[in-house]
Amino acid sequence: MPADFIPSTQDLLRLLPEAVLVAAGTIGLVLEPLLRDSRKRVTGVFSLAGLIVALWAVVVSRAYPGTAFRNMIVVDGFATFFRTLVIAVGILTVILSLHYIQRERPESGEFYPLLVFSVAGQCLMAVGNELIVIFIGLEISSIASYILAGYLRDDPRSNESGLKYFLLGSFATAFFLYGVAWIYGATGTTNLREIGDIIAKPEIRPPLVIVGTSAALMLVGLAFKVAAAPFQIWAADVYQGAPAPVTAFLAAGPKAAAFAVMVRILMVAFDPIGAAWEPLLWIVALATMTIGNFAALVQDNIKRLLAYSSIAHAGYVLVAVTAHSDAGSAAVMFYLAAYAFMNVGAFAVVTHVARAGERRLSLSDFAGLARREPAVAGLFTIFLLSLIGIPLTGGFFGKFYIFKAALESRLYLLTILGLLNSAVAAYYYLRVLVAMYFHEPAAGTVEAMPVTPGVSFVLWFSAGATLLLGIFPTLVLQFADQGASLALVR
Amino acid sequence: MNLLDLILLLPAAGFLAVLLLPRRNPGAARGVALAVSLAVFVLSLALAAPVWKDGSTMQFVTDADWIESPAIRYHVGVDGLGIWLVLLATLLTPVCVLVSWRHIDRRVKEFYAFLLLLEVGLIGVFVALDLFLFYVFWEVSLVPMYFLIGIWGHERRIYAAVKFFLYTMAGSVLMLACIIYLYNRTGTFDYTSLLAMINAGDLILSRPEQLLLFLGFFIAFAIKVPLFPLHTWLPDAHVEAPTAGSIMLASVMLKMGTYGLVRFALPMFPTAAREFAWWIVILAIIGIIYGALVAMVQPNMKKLVAYSSVSHLGFVVLGIFTFTQAGLDGAVYQMLNHGISTGALFLLVGYLYERRHSLEIADFGGVATAAPNLSTVFMITMLASIGLPMLNNFVGEFLVLVGSAQVDFRWTVFAAIGVILSACYMLWLYQRVFFGETPEKVREKVYDLRPREWAAAIPLVALMVWMGTVTKTFLPPVSARNAEILRQTTVNAEFLVEAPPGARGAAAEAVEVADAR
Repeated sequence: MPADFIPSTQDLLRLLPEAVLVAAGTIGLVLEPLLRDSRKRVTGVFSLAGLIVALWAVVVSRAYPGTAFRNMIVVDGFATFFRTLVIAVGILTVILSLHYIQRERPESGEFYPLLVFSVAGQCLMAVGNELIVIFIGLEISSIASYILAGYLRDDPRSNESGLKYFLLGSFATAFFLYGVAWIYGATGTTNLREIGDIIAKPEIRPPLVIVGTSAALMLVGLAFKVAAAPFQIWAADVYQGAPAPVTAFLAAGPKAAAFAVMVRILMVAFDPIGAAWEPLLWIVALATMTIGNFAALVQDNIKRLLAYSSIAHAGYVLVAVTAHSDAGSAAVMFYLAAYAFMNVGAFAVVTHVARAGERRLSLSDFAGLARREPAVAGLFTIFLLSLIGIPLTGGFFGKFYIFKAALESRLYLLTILGLLNSAVAAYYYLRVLVAMYFHEPAAGTVEAMPVTPGVSFVLWFSAGATLLLGIFPTLVLQFADQGASLALVR
Repeated sequence: MNLLDLILLLPAAGFLAVLLLPRRNPGAARGVALAVSLAVFVLSLALAAPVWKDGSTMQFVTDADWIESPAIRYHVGVDGLGIWLVLLATLLTPVCVLVSWRHIDRRVKEFYAFLLLLEVGLIGVFVALDLFLFYVFWEVSLVPMYFLIGIWGHERRIYAAVKFFLYTMAGSVLMLACIIYLYNRTGTFDYTSLLAMINAGDLILSRPEQLLLFLGFFIAFAIKVPLFPLHTWLPDAHVEAPTAGSIMLASVMLKMGTYGLVRFALPMFPTAAREFAWWIVILAIIGIIYGALVAMVQPNMKKLVAYSSVSHLGFVVLGIFTFTQAGLDGAVYQMLNHGISTGALFLLVGYLYERRHSLEIADFGGVATAAPNLSTVFMITMLASIGLPMLNNFVGEFLVLVGSAQVDFRWTVFAAIGVILSACYMLWLYQRVFFGETPEKVREKVYDLRPREWAAAIPLVALMVWMGTVTKTFLPPVSARNAEILRQTTVNAEFLVEAPPGARGAAAEAVEVADAR
């Protein structure tokens, strides 16, 4: 069928955002060596432009819903939601990094193209309708992220972070790929919908052991990526060592994309054997929340604290995945969006407070921040209250939505334990508030430094988004609700 | 937008305005806060007359869409139960502004901003008719109080602030779970629709459902009240908070819990409420006596008043769970009384602290000679707190005792012991602080009331007398609403016949009493 190999215009339009991103990344890489050292920042601005064009491309391709390239990718509400989310995270990260990279003086300007490639991979994960495409997206996203985590070559912390992320991450992707091989062997296809159709018919379904094992293997890989227990060990070290803007990115973008994949695989391919994976995820969700929250209680380094908090938040999202319903998927989507903003905002504060070389990262460095820089402290308060889950913030509404979905699916015990977990979590966020507001600045504290325009923009934008999602969530909710029901169309 | 919306909006606007004021000008922050809070108070007075005429229906209702799906509405209104609590909040906020005028001398702007935000949360809790909205206000009031204690408190303020936050949070997440569960069952957060469904028999919660839902709400409320044995956060928070924080906490915030019990827990889960009544009453009576006994041995004035709060709030809970008209009326009246008299006690203790910079009883003595006016005001407040006839607490305590006597006379006996004990610790406190030798430091430092301090104290003292003598001003709308609530608690009550004979105690008798009426 030679004619089929020429993709139609619609097919190309459906893949437009990824195409734009890859092109932008490639041109950025070519551009970089041509620039003089003092002008490396141009790649940043160029990448920013590329990401914004990609955001426009998402809107364009949204007008052409459906599958493309012989069912390899699918553009639906779900995909559009996550594409928008990861590109938005990418944009905020670039803006956050513009000054940071200059400050930390690495040798080259490849930072931004790598970021763009990572976003491209995540977009591909969001639209992947087929396990191989998803795997390719996962690899593109991950490999770029490994380099980003270890980007500060002269900083041993960053080296450790990059290496650890690489070793454990590739281990995880291998698990994922192994799971793909199993399911291909059992069903003869890697297309999610076809897998789902085969599993749904008892007369042709392969033995549950094989299907279940392949699902479990893929879940192991994805659990690594979202830092779910018992595969969360790497997160604290990697998040701590990576440059602060990269940490913000890692905790928001790749995590969201991995959750998108997890939801799509579970809801489309393994939907019929829900009874098999729900109990497993129940335990994983509870363990993830609990381990994240209790480990965070004793952290003194703000990045580690936020890393464990990020693990805990992955646990909340897993509660929504466990709900195994449209409402659950919508809650996953809304929560990841809300979390992305509060998380990026919080790391923007860390970027600002940590100063050059990221030396000021302990909680005591935040002492008296409210006196020195009331605006930064005030914005950080909004992010922290959102992370705690206080009403009128996106974090609260997200949690509300998650637990609402969980209760609808009769996960009573998990809901109670999850909510109590969030009460425990309040303690460590309060510790940060205590440091900022209740402690006086330590003697010999450096003078307040002006907030750079980039950081300032990210702070205000994230705070605005966090409050908007908390007070008027309807807009994003509708988006999420529509997307979630599309994911289930068989 | 009606008057009630304006009353909610104005302090919120004040909060933002104060926040945007320049840091260098603390006077402006004080001025704006005073102007806003006084304006809110004056406006809220206009709520009283219509509600007084008809206390049993919701008035000044606004019911607007907030979030379409899930259906969350901005639904507020005020009736005989909420009206006086709203007025209590709006009255005490300007009082607190006045009290803090000199006392708060650092980070002034933030202080008044948080105070106004607190007012929004507190008023909101008493007028919200949508469970989600109620929860929002409930949590929002938590944050400013946390900062008030943590920033402007005394030595152990951080411990107290964090403890306060975590205790309340732990309770309220369970309430959130119950609220969501109700929504999933019915598709609405709206309190009036839920009640209508229960009355019409469209929503029948099975016994285990009711018991668990009731417990979820009850624990959240009981922590806030606080009911023994969940009270341990209270002494810490009270002692460490600045004067204004203590006043708002004791006078208004604790009432969020008791208000929640009357407004939500009783009418929505009548079967469970009646089944648990016996146990809850036992806890309340333990609280009454335990609080009083512990108050007696406190060397610290604020701690003494804090434990006396535990004791007084026990009365309120006892009154609520008698399921009698007198008991409920007394409970609501006692909420207001406690707000006025304990608020005044904290205010006066705050005055003493500003002068002597100590809260230890042992550091005082003979204040009556150094500051006769202060001593007189303190005496009236103290007598009110003890429950002297013609002063406000007497009325509330009397009604609660009457209500409990209708159900089980043993309750009355034990609760009355609490009244006697309260006289002991209060009079002893008064004797040690105001009589006897006047130490050198007291003579030097303690001066009499200043005009600003008078201005804050007079309304409270006047109310003590007014509420103690002319109960007709306050009680009719409360009674009208309580009668409704009481009627509501007999819906579904037939479940009780299934209770085993051994458990047949006060709760079952309460039904009979209620039916007999």
